[in-house]
Amino acid sequence: MSLLRTRGLRAFYGDFQALFDVDVDVADGETVAMIGANGAGKTTFLRAVMGALAAEPGMVVYDGHPIGGRSPHDIVRLGIAMVPEGRKLFPSLTVEENLLIGAYCRRPGHWNLERVFALFPMLAERRGIPADSLSGGQQQMAAIGRALMSNPRLLLCDELSLGLAPVAIKDIYACLAAIAAEGTTLVIVEQDIARALAASDRFYCIQEGRVALSGPADQVNRQAITTAYFGV
Amino acid sequence: MNWLSILVQGVLLGGLYALFAIGLSLSFGIMRLVNIAHGDLIVLSAFVALVVVNGLGMPPFASLAVVIPAMFAVGYALQRGLLNYTLGGSLLPPLLVTFGVSVIIQNLLLEGFGAHVRRLQAGAIETESIVLPSGLAVGVFPLLVFAIAIVAIASLQLLFFRTGLGRAFRAASDDATTAELMGVDNRHLYALAMAIAMVFTALAGVLFAIRTTFDPASGPIRLIFAFEAVIIGGLGSFWGTLVGGMVLGIAQAIGAALSPTWQILAGHIAFLIVLIVKPSGLFPRTRE
Repeated sequence: MSLLRTRGLRAFYGDFQALFDVDVDVADGETVAMIGANGAGKTTFLRAVMGALAAEPGMVVYDGHPIGGRSPHDIVRLGIAMVPEGRKLFPSLTVEENLLIGAYCRRPGHWNLERVFALFPMLAERRGIPADSLSGGQQQMAAIGRALMSNPRLLLCDELSLGLAPVAIKDIYACLAAIAAEGTTLVIVEQDIARALAASDRFYCIQEGRVALSGPADQVNRQAITTAYFGV
Repeated sequence: MNWLSILVQGVLLGGLYALFAIGLSLSFGIMRLVNIAHGDLIVLSAFVALVVVNGLGMPPFASLAVVIPAMFAVGYALQRGLLNYTLGGSLLPPLLVTFGVSVIIQNLLLEGFGAHVRRLQAGAIETESIVLPSGLAVGVFPLLVFAIAIVAIASLQLLFFRTGLGRAFRAASDDATTAELMGVDNRHLYALAMAIAMVFTALAGVLFAIRTTFDPASGPIRLIFAFEAVIIGGLGSFWGTLVGGMVLGIAQAIGAALSPTWQILAGHIAFLIVLIVKPSGLFPRTRE
Protein backbone atom coordinates (compact mmCIF):
# COMPACT_ATOMS: atom_id res chain seq x y z
CA MET A 1 0.00 0.00 0.00
CA SER A 2 1.18 3.52 -0.74
CA LEU A 3 2.20 5.54 2.27
CA LEU A 4 2.25 8.67 0.14
CA ARG A 5 0.29 9.15 -3.04
CA THR A 6 -0.05 12.35 -5.01
CA ARG A 7 -2.63 12.66 -7.75
CA GLY A 8 -2.74 15.63 -10.09
CA LEU A 9 -0.62 17.66 -7.68
CA ARG A 10 -0.27 21.25 -8.78
CA ALA A 11 1.64 24.00 -7.04
CA PHE A 12 1.98 27.70 -7.66
CA TYR A 13 4.27 30.51 -6.59
CA GLY A 14 1.93 33.44 -7.16
CA ASP A 15 0.93 33.19 -10.81
CA PHE A 16 3.82 30.93 -11.69
CA GLN A 17 2.86 27.26 -11.88
CA ALA A 18 5.70 25.09 -10.61
CA LEU A 19 4.07 21.63 -10.64
CA PHE A 20 1.69 20.21 -13.27
CA ASP A 21 -0.41 17.18 -12.33
CA VAL A 22 2.33 15.26 -10.58
CA ASP A 23 1.42 11.65 -9.72
CA VAL A 24 3.86 10.01 -7.32
CA ASP A 25 3.50 6.85 -5.25
CA VAL A 26 5.74 5.98 -2.35
CA ALA A 27 5.22 2.58 -0.73
CA ASP A 28 5.63 2.02 3.01
CA GLY A 29 9.28 1.30 3.81
CA GLU A 30 10.53 2.25 0.37
CA THR A 31 13.25 4.78 -0.53
CA VAL A 32 12.34 6.93 -3.50
CA ALA A 33 14.67 9.37 -5.25
CA MET A 34 13.48 12.52 -6.95
CA ILE A 35 15.97 13.70 -9.52
CA GLY A 36 15.91 16.52 -11.98
CA ALA A 37 17.65 19.70 -13.04
CA ASN A 38 17.74 22.89 -11.00
CA GLY A 39 14.32 24.48 -10.88
CA ALA A 40 12.55 21.36 -12.13
CA GLY A 41 10.20 21.38 -9.13
CA LYS A 42 11.73 18.79 -6.79
CA THR A 43 11.84 21.08 -3.75
CA THR A 44 8.41 22.41 -4.66
CA PHE A 45 7.09 18.85 -4.59
CA LEU A 46 8.45 18.33 -1.06
CA ARG A 47 7.09 21.69 0.10
CA ALA A 48 3.68 20.87 -1.32
CA VAL A 49 3.63 17.52 0.50
CA MET A 50 4.63 19.29 3.75
CA GLY A 51 1.73 21.71 3.40
CA ALA A 52 3.94 24.76 2.87
CA LEU A 53 2.20 25.39 -0.48
CA ALA A 54 -1.53 25.39 -1.15
CA ALA A 55 -3.03 22.15 -2.51
CA GLU A 56 -6.45 20.56 -2.73
CA PRO A 57 -7.09 17.77 -0.19
CA GLY A 58 -7.14 14.86 -2.64
CA MET A 59 -3.91 15.92 -4.34
CA VAL A 60 -1.83 14.56 -1.45
CA VAL A 61 -2.93 11.33 0.21
CA TYR A 62 -0.93 10.05 3.17
CA ASP A 63 -1.64 6.69 4.76
CA GLY A 64 -5.04 6.68 3.05
CA HIS A 65 -6.06 10.14 4.29
CA PRO A 66 -6.27 13.24 2.09
CA ILE A 67 -3.90 15.82 3.60
CA GLY A 68 -3.43 18.33 0.76
CA GLY A 69 -3.71 21.91 2.00
CA ARG A 70 -3.34 21.06 5.69
CA SER A 71 -0.87 23.14 7.65
CA PRO A 72 2.73 21.96 8.08
CA HIS A 73 2.44 21.51 11.85
CA ASP A 74 -0.53 19.16 11.36
CA ILE A 75 1.39 17.22 8.76
CA VAL A 76 4.43 16.87 11.04
CA ARG A 77 2.12 15.51 13.71
CA LEU A 78 0.79 12.95 11.22
CA GLY A 79 4.32 11.64 10.72
CA ILE A 80 5.97 13.42 7.80
CA ALA A 81 9.20 15.30 8.49
CA MET A 82 11.52 17.29 6.28
CA VAL A 83 15.23 17.96 6.12
CA PRO A 84 15.17 21.28 4.27
CA GLU A 85 17.61 22.29 1.56
CA GLY A 86 20.57 24.15 3.04
CA ARG A 87 19.98 22.53 6.47
CA LYS A 88 18.18 25.60 7.87
CA LEU A 89 19.27 24.99 11.45
CA PHE A 90 18.27 27.70 13.92
CA PRO A 91 21.49 29.69 14.43
CA SER A 92 20.70 31.09 17.87
CA LEU A 93 19.87 27.66 19.28
CA THR A 94 22.42 25.09 20.40
CA VAL A 95 22.77 21.77 18.62
CA GLU A 96 20.72 20.04 21.30
CA GLU A 97 18.04 22.73 21.23
CA ASN A 98 17.77 22.36 17.47
CA LEU A 99 17.15 18.66 17.92
CA LEU A 100 14.57 19.33 20.62
CA ILE A 101 12.63 21.65 18.28
CA GLY A 102 12.08 18.55 16.15
CA ALA A 103 10.31 16.98 19.12
CA TYR A 104 8.05 20.02 19.57
CA CYS A 105 5.02 18.20 18.13
CA ARG A 106 5.44 15.46 20.79
CA ARG A 107 4.69 12.67 18.34
CA PRO A 108 5.34 9.38 20.09
CA GLY A 109 7.97 7.01 18.72
CA HIS A 110 11.34 5.55 19.36
CA TRP A 111 13.53 8.51 18.43
CA ASN A 112 14.90 10.64 21.26
CA LEU A 113 18.05 12.65 21.98
CA GLU A 114 20.04 9.59 23.02
CA ARG A 115 19.20 7.65 19.87
CA VAL A 116 20.02 10.61 17.63
CA PHE A 117 23.33 11.06 19.45
CA ALA A 118 24.00 7.33 19.05
CA LEU A 119 23.43 7.68 15.31
CA PHE A 120 25.57 10.84 15.10
CA PRO A 121 28.16 10.61 17.90
CA MET A 122 29.85 13.80 16.64
CA LEU A 123 26.78 15.76 17.62
CA ALA A 124 26.81 14.44 21.17
CA GLU A 125 30.22 16.00 21.78
CA ARG A 126 28.99 19.31 20.38
CA ARG A 127 25.49 19.37 21.85
CA GLY A 128 26.00 22.63 23.74
CA ILE A 129 27.47 24.81 21.01
CA PRO A 130 25.51 27.06 18.62
CA ALA A 131 24.31 25.08 15.62
CA ASP A 132 25.91 27.46 13.13
CA SER A 133 29.40 26.74 14.43
CA LEU A 134 29.18 23.10 13.23
CA SER A 135 30.87 22.08 9.99
CA GLY A 136 28.65 21.58 6.95
CA GLY A 137 28.49 17.81 7.32
CA GLN A 138 27.73 18.05 11.02
CA GLN A 139 25.01 20.61 10.32
CA GLN A 140 23.46 18.17 7.87
CA MET A 141 23.53 15.47 10.55
CA ALA A 142 21.88 17.85 13.00
CA ALA A 143 19.22 18.69 10.41
CA ILE A 144 18.50 15.00 9.86
CA GLY A 145 18.49 14.41 13.61
CA ARG A 146 16.06 17.30 14.11
CA ALA A 147 13.67 15.77 11.57
CA LEU A 148 13.97 12.32 13.18
CA MET A 149 13.05 13.78 16.58
CA SER A 150 9.48 14.12 15.34
CA ASN A 151 9.38 10.32 14.84
CA PRO A 152 8.39 10.43 11.18
CA ARG A 153 7.09 7.49 9.17
CA LEU A 154 8.00 9.43 6.04
CA LEU A 155 11.19 11.49 5.89
CA LEU A 156 11.68 14.00 3.08
CA CYS A 157 15.33 14.90 2.44
CA ASP A 158 16.14 17.88 0.26
CA GLU A 159 19.60 18.07 -1.35
CA LEU A 160 21.54 16.40 1.44
CA SER A 161 24.82 16.56 -0.48
CA LEU A 162 24.62 20.25 -1.34
CA GLY A 163 27.86 22.04 -0.50
CA LEU A 164 29.36 19.11 1.41
CA ALA A 165 32.76 17.44 1.04
CA PRO A 166 32.62 13.99 -0.64
CA VAL A 167 33.63 12.22 2.58
CA ALA A 168 30.84 13.95 4.48
CA ILE A 169 28.34 12.99 1.78
CA LYS A 170 29.40 9.36 2.12
CA ASP A 171 28.83 9.46 5.90
CA ILE A 172 25.43 11.09 5.51
CA TYR A 173 24.23 8.49 3.02
CA ALA A 174 25.49 5.68 5.22
CA CYS A 175 23.35 7.05 8.04
CA LEU A 176 20.40 7.41 5.68
CA ALA A 177 20.68 3.73 4.81
CA ALA A 178 20.60 2.93 8.53
CA ILE A 179 17.47 5.06 8.96
CA ALA A 180 15.79 3.34 6.01
CA ALA A 181 16.74 -0.06 7.43
CA GLU A 182 14.67 0.72 10.51
CA GLY A 183 11.58 0.97 8.35
CA THR A 184 11.39 4.72 7.80
CA THR A 185 10.13 5.59 4.34
CA LEU A 186 12.38 8.06 2.55
CA VAL A 187 11.98 10.51 -0.30
CA ILE A 188 15.35 11.95 -1.29
CA VAL A 189 15.74 14.88 -3.60
CA GLU A 190 19.23 14.91 -5.03
CA GLN A 191 21.21 16.58 -7.82
CA ASP A 192 23.80 13.82 -7.83
CA ILE A 193 21.99 11.20 -9.93
CA ALA A 194 24.39 8.34 -9.28
CA ARG A 195 24.26 8.94 -5.53
CA ALA A 196 20.47 9.16 -5.57
CA LEU A 197 19.98 6.01 -7.61
CA ALA A 198 22.44 4.03 -5.49
CA ALA A 199 20.54 4.95 -2.32
CA SER A 200 17.01 4.31 -3.56
CA ASP A 201 14.61 1.58 -4.66
CA ARG A 202 12.78 3.66 -7.25
CA PHE A 203 13.15 7.08 -8.81
CA TYR A 204 11.10 9.84 -10.37
CA CYS A 205 12.71 12.29 -12.75
CA ILE A 206 11.02 15.69 -12.71
CA GLN A 207 11.33 18.04 -15.64
CA GLU A 208 9.74 21.48 -15.72
CA GLY A 209 7.17 20.53 -13.09
CA ARG A 210 6.12 17.20 -14.62
CA VAL A 211 7.15 13.60 -14.06
CA ALA A 212 9.28 12.85 -17.13
CA LEU A 213 10.44 9.36 -16.17
CA SER A 214 10.10 6.90 -13.33
CA GLY A 215 11.08 3.36 -12.57
CA PRO A 216 13.17 1.02 -10.45
CA ALA A 217 16.53 2.53 -9.55
CA ASP A 218 18.55 -0.51 -10.52
CA GLN A 219 17.32 -0.83 -14.10
CA VAL A 220 17.89 2.60 -15.50
CA ASN A 221 18.70 3.45 -19.03
CA ARG A 222 21.27 6.27 -18.91
CA GLN A 223 20.09 7.64 -22.21
CA ALA A 224 16.49 7.78 -21.02
CA ILE A 225 17.56 9.63 -17.86
CA THR A 226 19.57 12.15 -19.82
CA THR A 227 16.55 12.85 -22.01
CA ALA A 228 14.20 13.10 -19.04
CA TYR A 229 16.67 15.26 -17.11
CA PHE A 230 17.51 17.82 -19.75
CA GLY A 231 14.52 17.47 -22.02
CA VAL A 232 16.70 17.22 -25.13
CA MET B 1 21.12 69.17 44.58
CA ASN B 2 21.80 65.58 45.65
CA TRP B 3 23.22 63.74 42.66
CA LEU B 4 23.19 60.35 44.33
CA SER B 5 19.50 60.71 45.06
CA ILE B 6 18.84 61.71 41.45
CA LEU B 7 20.80 58.73 40.19
CA VAL B 8 18.89 56.32 42.44
CA GLN B 9 15.56 57.80 41.39
CA GLY B 10 16.54 57.47 37.75
CA VAL B 11 17.62 53.86 38.12
CA LEU B 12 14.40 52.93 39.91
CA LEU B 13 12.30 54.73 37.30
CA GLY B 14 14.19 52.66 34.74
CA GLY B 15 12.56 49.54 36.17
CA LEU B 16 9.12 50.87 35.20
CA TYR B 17 10.38 51.83 31.75
CA ALA B 18 11.82 48.36 31.30
CA LEU B 19 8.39 46.91 32.11
CA PHE B 20 6.88 49.28 29.54
CA ALA B 21 9.40 48.05 27.01
CA ILE B 22 9.44 44.26 27.49
CA GLY B 23 6.18 43.63 25.66
CA LEU B 24 7.31 45.73 22.74
CA SER B 25 10.65 43.96 22.65
CA LEU B 26 8.93 40.53 22.70
CA SER B 27 6.57 41.24 19.83
CA PHE B 28 9.32 42.74 17.72
CA GLY B 29 11.84 40.05 18.60
CA ILE B 30 9.59 37.08 17.83
CA MET B 31 7.21 38.36 15.17
CA ARG B 32 9.02 41.40 13.69
CA LEU B 33 5.88 43.25 14.67
CA VAL B 34 6.26 46.89 15.66
CA ASN B 35 3.29 47.40 17.90
CA ILE B 36 2.29 51.07 17.73
CA ALA B 37 -0.65 50.33 20.04
CA HIS B 38 1.69 49.17 22.81
CA GLY B 39 1.43 52.39 24.84
CA ASP B 40 -2.34 52.33 24.56
CA LEU B 41 -2.42 48.72 25.73
CA ILE B 42 -0.48 49.85 28.83
CA VAL B 43 -3.13 52.53 29.40
CA LEU B 44 -5.91 50.02 28.67
CA SER B 45 -4.46 47.81 31.43
CA ALA B 46 -4.53 50.80 33.75
CA PHE B 47 -8.22 51.39 32.99
CA VAL B 48 -9.05 47.72 33.44
CA ALA B 49 -7.36 47.97 36.85
CA LEU B 50 -9.39 51.10 37.59
CA VAL B 51 -12.63 49.26 36.83
CA VAL B 52 -11.58 46.30 38.98
CA VAL B 53 -10.52 48.53 41.88
CA ASN B 54 -13.64 50.68 41.75
CA GLY B 55 -16.07 47.94 40.80
CA LEU B 56 -14.91 45.07 43.00
CA GLY B 57 -13.34 47.18 45.73
CA MET B 58 -10.03 45.36 45.36
CA PRO B 59 -6.78 47.06 46.38
CA PRO B 60 -4.65 48.07 43.34
CA PHE B 61 -2.00 45.39 43.81
CA ALA B 62 -4.63 42.67 44.16
CA SER B 63 -6.26 43.87 40.94
CA LEU B 64 -3.31 42.32 39.10
CA ALA B 65 -4.97 38.95 39.71
CA VAL B 66 -7.74 40.08 37.34
CA VAL B 67 -5.86 42.46 35.05
CA ILE B 68 -3.08 40.02 34.11
CA PRO B 69 -5.39 37.18 32.95
CA ALA B 70 -7.65 39.71 31.21
CA MET B 71 -4.77 41.25 29.27
CA PHE B 72 -3.36 37.77 28.50
CA ALA B 73 -6.68 37.00 26.81
CA VAL B 74 -6.73 40.39 25.03
CA GLY B 75 -3.21 39.75 23.72
CA TYR B 76 -4.03 36.25 22.47
CA ALA B 77 -7.22 37.39 20.75
CA LEU B 78 -5.61 40.50 19.24
CA GLN B 79 -2.77 38.49 17.72
CA ARG B 80 -4.79 35.48 16.62
CA GLY B 81 -7.77 37.41 15.34
CA LEU B 82 -6.07 40.39 13.75
CA LEU B 83 -2.33 40.88 13.83
CA ASN B 84 -1.39 37.42 12.51
CA TYR B 85 -3.01 38.40 9.22
CA THR B 86 -0.68 41.38 8.85
CA LEU B 87 2.53 39.32 9.16
CA GLY B 88 4.66 37.60 6.56
CA GLY B 89 5.21 40.46 4.17
CA SER B 90 6.81 43.81 4.83
CA LEU B 91 6.97 45.67 8.15
CA LEU B 92 4.40 48.18 6.94
CA PRO B 93 1.07 46.31 7.32
CA PRO B 94 1.51 45.54 11.05
CA LEU B 95 2.68 49.12 11.58
CA LEU B 96 -0.44 50.55 9.94
CA VAL B 97 -2.85 48.11 11.59
CA THR B 98 -1.45 48.64 15.09
CA PHE B 99 -1.59 52.38 14.47
CA GLY B 100 -5.29 51.89 13.77
CA VAL B 101 -5.66 49.78 16.92
CA SER B 102 -3.99 52.58 18.86
CA VAL B 103 -6.54 55.12 17.62
CA ILE B 104 -9.42 52.75 18.35
CA ILE B 105 -8.28 52.02 21.92
CA GLN B 106 -7.77 55.71 22.69
CA ASN B 107 -11.20 56.65 21.39
CA LEU B 108 -13.01 53.77 23.07
CA LEU B 109 -11.40 54.73 26.37
CA LEU B 110 -12.37 58.35 25.81
CA GLU B 111 -15.94 57.28 25.04
CA GLY B 112 -16.13 55.02 28.08
CA PHE B 113 -14.27 57.00 30.71
CA GLY B 114 -14.11 60.59 29.47
CA ALA B 115 -10.97 62.66 29.38
CA HIS B 116 -10.59 62.95 33.18
CA VAL B 117 -7.21 62.35 34.69
CA ARG B 118 -7.28 59.14 36.78
CA ARG B 119 -5.11 57.55 39.39
CA LEU B 120 -5.03 54.33 41.40
CA GLN B 121 -4.69 54.88 45.14
CA ALA B 122 -2.49 52.27 46.77
CA GLY B 123 -2.42 53.88 50.21
CA ALA B 124 0.53 54.48 52.46
CA ILE B 125 3.04 52.53 50.37
CA GLU B 126 3.03 55.34 47.82
CA THR B 127 4.72 57.78 50.20
CA GLU B 128 6.74 55.47 52.45
CA SER B 129 10.47 55.52 52.15
CA ILE B 130 13.49 53.77 53.55
CA VAL B 131 16.31 55.94 54.85
CA LEU B 132 19.71 54.41 54.13
CA PRO B 133 22.61 54.87 56.59
CA SER B 134 24.07 57.49 54.25
CA GLY B 135 20.97 59.56 54.81
CA LEU B 136 19.59 58.83 51.36
CA ALA B 137 15.83 58.29 51.34
CA VAL B 138 14.55 55.75 48.82
CA GLY B 139 10.84 55.43 48.06
CA VAL B 140 9.41 52.01 48.90
CA PHE B 141 7.11 51.97 45.88
CA PRO B 142 9.80 52.80 43.27
CA LEU B 143 12.01 50.18 44.91
CA LEU B 144 9.19 47.63 44.70
CA VAL B 145 8.60 48.46 41.02
CA PHE B 146 12.29 47.98 40.31
CA ALA B 147 12.31 44.65 42.14
CA ILE B 148 9.25 43.52 40.18
CA ALA B 149 10.98 44.50 36.94
CA ILE B 150 14.02 42.40 37.82
CA VAL B 151 11.91 39.38 38.77
CA ALA B 152 9.83 39.80 35.62
CA ILE B 153 12.87 39.94 33.36
CA ALA B 154 14.52 37.01 35.12
CA SER B 155 11.36 34.92 34.65
CA LEU B 156 11.19 35.87 31.00
CA GLN B 157 14.83 34.89 30.62
CA LEU B 158 14.06 31.51 32.21
CA LEU B 159 11.03 31.05 29.97
CA PHE B 160 13.13 31.79 26.89
CA PHE B 161 16.18 29.71 27.69
CA ARG B 162 14.85 26.88 29.86
CA THR B 163 11.51 25.84 28.39
CA GLY B 164 10.25 24.24 25.20
CA LEU B 165 8.00 27.21 24.53
CA GLY B 166 10.95 29.60 24.82
CA ARG B 167 12.95 27.41 22.46
CA ALA B 168 10.11 27.58 19.93
CA PHE B 169 9.98 31.38 20.34
CA ARG B 170 13.69 31.64 19.56
CA ALA B 171 13.43 29.23 16.63
CA ALA B 172 10.50 31.14 15.12
CA SER B 173 12.42 34.37 15.63
CA ASP B 174 15.39 32.89 13.70
CA ASP B 175 13.38 31.42 10.84
CA ALA B 176 9.59 31.25 11.03
CA THR B 177 9.16 29.21 7.83
CA THR B 178 11.50 26.46 8.97
CA ALA B 179 9.99 26.45 12.47
CA GLU B 180 6.61 25.78 10.88
CA LEU B 181 8.10 22.91 8.84
CA MET B 182 9.45 21.44 12.09
CA GLY B 183 5.96 21.26 13.55
CA VAL B 184 5.58 24.61 15.27
CA ASP B 185 2.14 26.18 14.86
CA ASN B 186 3.25 29.76 14.28
CA ARG B 187 -0.22 31.31 14.54
CA HIS B 188 -0.74 29.84 18.00
CA LEU B 189 2.86 30.56 18.99
CA TYR B 190 2.57 34.22 17.98
CA ALA B 191 -0.71 34.56 19.84
CA LEU B 192 0.97 33.13 22.95
CA ALA B 193 3.88 35.55 22.50
CA MET B 194 1.52 38.51 22.37
CA ALA B 195 -0.42 37.14 25.35
CA ILE B 196 2.82 36.92 27.34
CA ALA B 197 3.80 40.41 26.17
CA MET B 198 0.46 41.59 27.56
CA VAL B 199 1.20 40.01 30.95
CA PHE B 200 4.16 42.39 31.25
CA THR B 201 2.09 45.20 29.82
CA ALA B 202 -0.60 44.59 32.45
CA LEU B 203 2.03 44.66 35.17
CA ALA B 204 3.47 47.88 33.75
CA GLY B 205 0.01 49.43 33.38
CA VAL B 206 -1.06 48.83 36.97
CA LEU B 207 2.24 50.00 38.48
CA PHE B 208 2.20 53.05 36.20
CA ALA B 209 -1.37 53.86 37.28
CA ILE B 210 -0.33 53.78 40.94
CA ARG B 211 2.77 55.85 40.32
CA THR B 212 1.28 58.60 38.23
CA THR B 213 -1.92 59.97 36.74
CA PHE B 214 -3.25 58.75 33.42
CA ASP B 215 -5.99 59.47 30.90
CA PRO B 216 -7.04 57.91 27.58
CA ALA B 217 -4.38 59.92 25.72
CA SER B 218 -1.45 58.79 27.92
CA GLY B 219 -0.47 55.91 25.64
CA PRO B 220 1.69 57.40 22.89
CA ILE B 221 4.30 58.90 25.24
CA ARG B 222 4.62 55.50 27.05
CA LEU B 223 5.16 53.93 23.63
CA ILE B 224 8.00 56.37 23.00
CA PHE B 225 9.60 55.60 26.39
CA ALA B 226 9.26 51.88 25.64
CA PHE B 227 10.82 52.29 22.19
CA GLU B 228 13.68 54.30 23.61
CA ALA B 229 14.39 51.75 26.33
CA VAL B 230 14.41 48.90 23.80
CA ILE B 231 16.65 50.72 21.33
CA ILE B 232 19.09 52.02 23.96
CA GLY B 233 19.41 48.54 25.45
CA GLY B 234 19.82 46.84 22.08
CA LEU B 235 17.22 44.73 20.28
CA GLY B 236 16.79 41.18 21.44
CA SER B 237 18.28 41.46 24.92
CA PHE B 238 15.93 41.57 27.91
CA TRP B 239 18.58 42.62 30.41
CA GLY B 240 19.70 45.19 27.84
CA THR B 241 16.17 46.56 27.90
CA LEU B 242 16.44 46.99 31.67
CA VAL B 243 19.68 48.90 31.20
CA GLY B 244 18.01 50.94 28.45
CA GLY B 245 15.17 51.78 30.83
CA MET B 246 17.70 52.79 33.48
CA VAL B 247 19.63 55.05 31.07
CA LEU B 248 16.36 56.69 30.09
CA GLY B 249 15.29 57.02 33.74
CA ILE B 250 18.60 58.54 34.82
CA ALA B 251 18.59 61.00 31.92
CA GLN B 252 15.05 62.06 32.80
CA ALA B 253 15.87 62.39 36.50
CA ILE B 254 18.88 64.57 35.71
CA GLY B 255 16.79 66.65 33.30
CA ALA B 256 14.06 67.08 35.90
CA ALA B 257 16.61 68.17 38.50
CA LEU B 258 17.92 70.86 36.15
CA SER B 259 14.47 72.10 35.30
CA PRO B 260 11.06 70.36 35.32
CA THR B 261 10.59 71.28 31.67
CA TRP B 262 13.73 69.34 30.78
CA GLN B 263 12.66 65.96 32.12
CA ILE B 264 11.23 64.39 28.94
CA LEU B 265 13.60 66.19 26.61
CA ALA B 266 16.66 64.95 28.53
CA GLY B 267 15.47 61.36 27.97
CA HIS B 268 15.10 61.94 24.24
CA ILE B 269 18.56 63.55 24.10
CA ALA B 270 20.11 60.52 25.83
CA PHE B 271 18.32 58.30 23.33
CA LEU B 272 19.65 60.32 20.38
CA ILE B 273 23.18 60.23 21.79
CA VAL B 274 23.04 56.42 22.03
CA LEU B 275 21.65 56.22 18.49
CA ILE B 276 24.57 58.31 17.22
CA VAL B 277 27.32 56.64 19.24
CA LYS B 278 26.07 53.04 19.15
CA PRO B 279 23.14 52.65 16.74
CA SER B 280 22.69 48.95 17.53
CA GLY B 281 22.15 49.73 21.23
CA LEU B 282 24.28 48.88 24.23
CA PHE B 283 23.73 45.09 24.30
CA PRO B 284 22.51 44.01 20.88
CA ARG B 285 21.73 40.34 20.32
CA THR B 286 20.26 40.53 16.86
CA ARG B 287 22.17 38.94 14.05
CA GLU B 288 21.94 39.14 10.29
